[in-house]
Amino acid sequence: MMAIIEAHEITKVYGNLRVLHDVDLSVGKGEILALIGPSGSGKSTLLRILDLIEPANSGELSVFGIDVVQERGRWLDLRRRMGMLFQRPIVFNASVYDNVAMGLRYRGASGDVIDRKVKEALEAVGLSRYIKSKATDLSGGEQQRVALSRVLVTDPEILFLDEPTANLDPTSTATIERIVTGLNRELGMTVLISTHDLSQGQRLAHRIAVMIDGTIAQTGPSHEVFREPKDRRIARFVGAENIIPGRVVSRSNGFTVVEAHGRQMLSATPPPAEEVEMVVRGEDISLHRREPGHEEAENRFPATVTGIEPTAPFVNVTVHCGCDLVALMTARRAEALGLHEGMQVWVSLQAKAVHLIARGGKDR
Amino acid sequence: MKTRVISDDLLRGGREASLTRWKEHRGRYVDWCTVGFCILGALLVGITVLAIASMASAELANPAHLLEVATSSEVVGSILLTFAAGANAVLLLALFGTPLAYVLARARPSRFKGVVESIVDIPLILPHTVAGLLVYLLFMRRGWLGAPLSDIGLAFEDAYPGTVVAMLFVASPFYVNTVREGFEKVPVHLENVARTLGAGTFTTFRTVTLPLSLRHIYSGAVLAWGRAIGEFAGVVMIAYYPFIISTLIYYSFTTDGIQTSRSIGFAVILVSFGVFYLLRRMTRFVGRYDDRV
Repeated sequence: MMAIIEAHEITKVYGNLRVLHDVDLSVGKGEILALIGPSGSGKSTLLRILDLIEPANSGELSVFGIDVVQERGRWLDLRRRMGMLFQRPIVFNASVYDNVAMGLRYRGASGDVIDRKVKEALEAVGLSRYIKSKATDLSGGEQQRVALSRVLVTDPEILFLDEPTANLDPTSTATIERIVTGLNRELGMTVLISTHDLSQGQRLAHRIAVMIDGTIAQTGPSHEVFREPKDRRIARFVGAENIIPGRVVSRSNGFTVVEAHGRQMLSATPPPAEEVEMVVRGEDISLHRREPGHEEAENRFPATVTGIEPTAPFVNVTVHCGCDLVALMTARRAEALGLHEGMQVWVSLQAKAVHLIARGGKDR
Repeated sequence: MKTRVISDDLLRGGREASLTRWKEHRGRYVDWCTVGFCILGALLVGITVLAIASMASAELANPAHLLEVATSSEVVGSILLTFAAGANAVLLLALFGTPLAYVLARARPSRFKGVVESIVDIPLILPHTVAGLLVYLLFMRRGWLGAPLSDIGLAFEDAYPGTVVAMLFVASPFYVNTVREGFEKVPVHLENVARTLGAGTFTTFRTVTLPLSLRHIYSGAVLAWGRAIGEFAGVVMIAYYPFIISTLIYYSFTTDGIQTSRSIGFAVILVSFGVFYLLRRMTRFVGRYDDRV
C-alpha cells in the first residue's frame, strides 16, 4: 500500500508543554486508521498538524508524497485536498445551504456547481429537508451531519475525524460511521479517525495506532493491539483487566512457563525477559462450577469468587487464586453459574490468552 | 389533564389572596446592601446631572444668546471639523489598528507581546499634555517624521493632519483594546473550520473572524471617536489652529469670558449627547452576539 501520509519524529511544543514527541506514523492510501488514546494524549494536535493547520516544531512530514516542511507555499493547495471534522459540532449562524457551500466558495466554484454539490452532499447525510433551515437551530447530531456534508462537498482525498462522535447520541453516531465507512469502501477515501472509544476504533479501523503521552506507542491491526499490547500503559488503555507480575521459569513445547504467586501458568508468548508481567483480558477467562475436561495448552486452577460487579450487559467477576483475577462474562452466564461470593469455582484460561510483557519497562 | 384543572383552580381562586399577601410582606425586609450601593451610585450620577443642570439653568435663561452662539459659523465649523478629524483618526485606526488587534489577540503570551501591549497602552497612562508633547516632537517641522513629511508637502503644525495624528495617538488604545477583545472572543475552532475547508489566512479573517467581531469593532470605533473629539491637550500642542471644539472653548473662555464659552459648551453637550445616543442605538443593527457557536 502506498503511504499517503508519512510522519517521522514529529514534535510539538506549546510554551513549556511538550504535546507531541517522536511521533512516527505512516498512513496508507485508502485505509482507515484509528488513533486511540486517552484524552490529552495529543491526538487532536497530531491531526491538526497532519491537516496542515499548524506546523510542527520539528520532524519530517510528507503528505501526498510531498515534503511539506520544504514546500510551505503549497500548504493551502494540499489542505484543499483534505478535510477535517471536529469533535464539537461547529456550524456557522447561517442557513444549512450556506454552511455546506463554504468550502466550495473558498475554492471559487461557480454557482451551479455549488448548488448541485450541496444538494448531493445533504442528500448523502439525509438532511435535504433542512436545506433552508438555520444551521444553529438543528440538534447536535444534525449539526455534526451538516459539518460532515460541509467537508464532503469538497471531495477530500484524506478525511480527518477528530473524535467526531464524542458528543453524539448512538443513532447519529451510527449514521456518521456508516457514511464514513461507505466513503472509504466506495471512493477509497483515506480516513484518519481519533477516538477514545475503543470499540469505535475496533469497529471502523483497518489499523489502530495507540497514542499515549504525546507519542504513538503501538500500531497494528486491532486484534494485535488489543491482545498483544507492547507495554503496561497500552495494556491498561486497551482494557486488559489483569496484569500480574511473574517470573519465567522454563520453556517447553513452544510455551513459556511463568511462576506467579506460587502458581505456574502457560503462555504462548516467547519470554520477552526474565521478569515479566502477564496480561490477560477479562473476556478470555472462563469460570466453571466443576473441574473442566483437560484441553491442550490450557491453564486450569481452582479459585474463590470474591466479588461480583455488574457493568451491564456484562459482569465483572473477581476470583482469588493466590492473586486476584477479573473475569468478564455476560450477565446470563453469571446467572447460569449461580455465582456468589465465597463460591468455589474452576478457572480455565488458554495459554494463547496469556500475553507476556517485560516487567519494569515503561510503567504507570 | 387533572393536574391542569387543579392548578388552574388554584391560580384563579388564589391569585387575589396571594397577591395581597405579597404586598403585605413587601417592605418588611430591606436589602441594605442594594440600598447602600444605589445611594453611593446615585452620588456619582448626581454630580454629572448637577453639573449639567447648573449649566443648563444659566443657558436656558437666555436662549437667544445660546442660539446665536450655537449657530455661529465659528462654532458650527469647529464642531464639524472636530467630528471629521475624529472620524478620520478612527478610519486610520481601523486600517492600522485592526490588524494589530488581531495579531495581539492570536499571539501566544510572550515577553515581546507584553511589551507591545504596554506600548499600545502608553497613551492611556500618560498625562495628555505629555501625549501632546510626544506628538508635537515627532511631527513638528523639525521632528523625525515631521521633517521628511513636510518635505513632501504634508505639514502637521497648526494643520488638519496634526489634529488627526494627535487624535489618532490618544484614541488608539481604546480602539485596539476593544477590537482585540472582540477577536479573542471568536473561538480559534471556528477559524480552524474555515481553514480546513480550504480558506487561507486572510480569507478566514475576512469571512469568519471579522464578521463575528463587527460589534466590537463598531463599539471600539465609537469609543475611540468619542475619545478623539474630546481631546484638548494632546491636540493643542501640535495644532492650535484650526480650532477644534475644545480649543475653541478654551480660547473663548480666556478671551470672551465665561458666558460665551458656556454657551458653546452647552451646545457641544447637546450635539455630542445626541450623536452618541444615536450611535449607541445603532449598535443593535451591527452584528449579533448570537453569531457565535
